[in-house]
Amino acid sequence: MDNTVSADLRDLDTSGPSGPRPRRTFSRRNIFLYGTLLVIALYYLLPLYVMVVTSLKGMPEIRLGNIFAPPVDVTFAPWVKAWSQACTGLNCDGLSRGFWNSVRITVPSVVLSIAIASVNGYALANWRFKGAETFFTILIFGAFIPYQVMLYPIVILLREMGLYGSLWGLVIVHCIFGMPILTLLFRNYFTSLPEELFKAGRVDGAGFWGIYLRIMVPMSLPIFVVALIIQVTGIWNDFLFGVVYTRPDTYPMTVQLNNIVNSVQGVKEYNVNMAATLLTGLVPLAIYFASGRFFVRGIAAGAVKG
Amino acid sequence: MESVIVKDLSLNFGAVKVLNSLNLAIEQGEFLVLLGPSGCGKSTLLNCVAGLLDVSAGQIFINGKNVTWEEPKDRGIGMVFQSYALYPQMSVAGNLSFGLRVSGMPRDEIDKRVSRAAEVLQIESLLNRRPAALSGGQRQRVAIGRALVRDVDVFLFDEPLSNLDAKLRSELRVEIKRLHQRLKNTMIYVTHDQIEAMTLADRIAVMKGGVIQQLDTPQAIYSQPVNRFVAGFIGSPGMNFLDGVLAKGPVFEADGLTVDLERYQFESTDGTGRTVQLGIRPEHVLIGEAAAAMPHTAETAVELVEPMGSDTLVWTRLGGQAFALRVDAERAVRDGDTIRIGFDPARASIFDAVSGERL
Ligand SMILES: Nc1ncnc2c1ncn2[C@@H]1O[C@H](COP(=O)(O)OP(=O)(O)OP(=O)(O)O)[C@@H](O)[C@H]1O
Ligand SMILES: [Mg+2]
Repeated sequence: MDNTVSADLRDLDTSGPSGPRPRRTFSRRNIFLYGTLLVIALYYLLPLYVMVVTSLKGMPEIRLGNIFAPPVDVTFAPWVKAWSQACTGLNCDGLSRGFWNSVRITVPSVVLSIAIASVNGYALANWRFKGAETFFTILIFGAFIPYQVMLYPIVILLREMGLYGSLWGLVIVHCIFGMPILTLLFRNYFTSLPEELFKAGRVDGAGFWGIYLRIMVPMSLPIFVVALIIQVTGIWNDFLFGVVYTRPDTYPMTVQLNNIVNSVQGVKEYNVNMAATLLTGLVPLAIYFASGRFFVRGIAAGAVKG
Repeated sequence: MESVIVKDLSLNFGAVKVLNSLNLAIEQGEFLVLLGPSGCGKSTLLNCVAGLLDVSAGQIFINGKNVTWEEPKDRGIGMVFQSYALYPQMSVAGNLSFGLRVSGMPRDEIDKRVSRAAEVLQIESLLNRRPAALSGGQRQRVAIGRALVRDVDVFLFDEPLSNLDAKLRSELRVEIKRLHQRLKNTMIYVTHDQIEAMTLADRIAVMKGGVIQQLDTPQAIYSQPVNRFVAGFIGSPGMNFLDGVLAKGPVFEADGLTVDLERYQFESTDGTGRTVQLGIRPEHVLIGEAAAAMPHTAETAVELVEPMGSDTLVWTRLGGQAFALRVDAERAVRDGDTIRIGFDPARASIFDAVSGERL
């Protein structure tokens, strides 16, 4: 028996392919793939490059008109001016005022909306109260109504409540408009967690809040980070609600930026405008970089069969 | 005294009736196994007893107290789930003590109970680990421990071993049996594994379509199944069923086969003339010289041989129908051999072909 097997092996032609299949670096497929990626990357990076170099040049250098040339004389004066001295039509203390307004709008909006939406999602996913489906349908339907339709009714509402023009008015608006998508996000996440964990919590005697705070939330870090990114970028970058629901002294950074860039007095200071724009975009950028590390998978590992 | 009583329990999911007027009484300290095919409502019944599902109708009593509207934590039950359901960010100790901490028990009492449960289940060395760092068997032990620390009278197990491999399953099965001997709690154990059911149970409730078909000791369920479903569900390899009619005598008649049923214990008397099925377990059929001593013998040809290690399943024909018998693995039986087989009709079962009920 053994003999026949080895005899067969001896007759085999073993000169053919063996081991891993060779991969060619410069195959046509690779050239096409990386070429496309490179072109797309350049397309997105070029404007950013122009902004950065322009913001580091003085006005005489900009007037030469060579927008792609790197700065000969690097200066940070435009950044300083954009932050603290640039003028809108109304005041001349730069973006700093708008920055602090934006912080005071974004932090409470993000915290409140995520807190409420996560509890909503948890209740919808796990407690299946009477009318839960109807509630959810209405909420999701709300996400499809264009903002513009509701702009003016909300102005009236806020005025009646005495909140029109205040930061808290805007915070409430952001919470309401973020609610459908965030609730959907959290509901779907909590539905995907094993239901037996919830049951185990109930048998162990934990109530609505006990299960939420001590079992669900600790398991849900990834989805909280996703919600955080969505909300911070969305609210920080918001212009429409900011311009409609606040007054000049409570304008968020985006509105302030617009007013600086579009102010009609004096010469256009391109370097200051570029620096101001970059400054405004720094916060969402920082959030992306900081939270990427928390995108850890497998938080629920070990809960169920492994 | 009864530990758990389920009275006229019904449960619907919308229009789907899963349980319909189900009654069940479980003795103090009894190990009851709910056995049945997938989707027959075992988990649903267990969840109703645990209070995780609101019943549509009926009542549940635990230790004489009506708990129909009580929260799970107030029912005096502990539950072990199929997927373990350990809290992933808590250590093993944290998992064990969670329920006690929620109830506000003093620290030293919690520690005492956790270490006692850990000792019983031999997981002392794992107390500081996270569930992710445990093997399947260890996880299931922790899950059992979580029910143990609560010091309850009734344990509910929902297929606790079905995620484990065969070897671990048989190990933990023995451990659960030991645990029951030691603690003497009432246990309700859901499974669709008949070996688990037979080995663990004081009594087995065989369920089908939300109805308890038979509630009896494992031995009675094995030897006196009340209907064809139970007979076919219990036993591996499964029971042989031969179609035929019941003739005067009484005898069972099929194509070229007549089995004298004089010694068979009929439950009902007017069976004659009905189409019936004769059920014989493969392990009750003898072969060779031993067969000659049996009340009924026959000569048949072997069609197929399935060696299973400990013994061999031999397929032949009886009354023109496929028929299996279990023989010792030592015995050399080959395809095409003619063998003499024999069985005792008193150990067989006869079912009405239409209703499936035992006659
Ligand atoms: N939430 C639900 N909504 C509607 N039907 C359900 C729901 N949960 C269970 N069912 C149905 O109830 C029946 C019984 O389910 P159950 O989970 O009790 O089965 P089981 O006997 O535990 O099965 P298994 O052995 O597969 O766990 C099934 O037919 C199932 O489809
Ligand atoms: Mg089940």
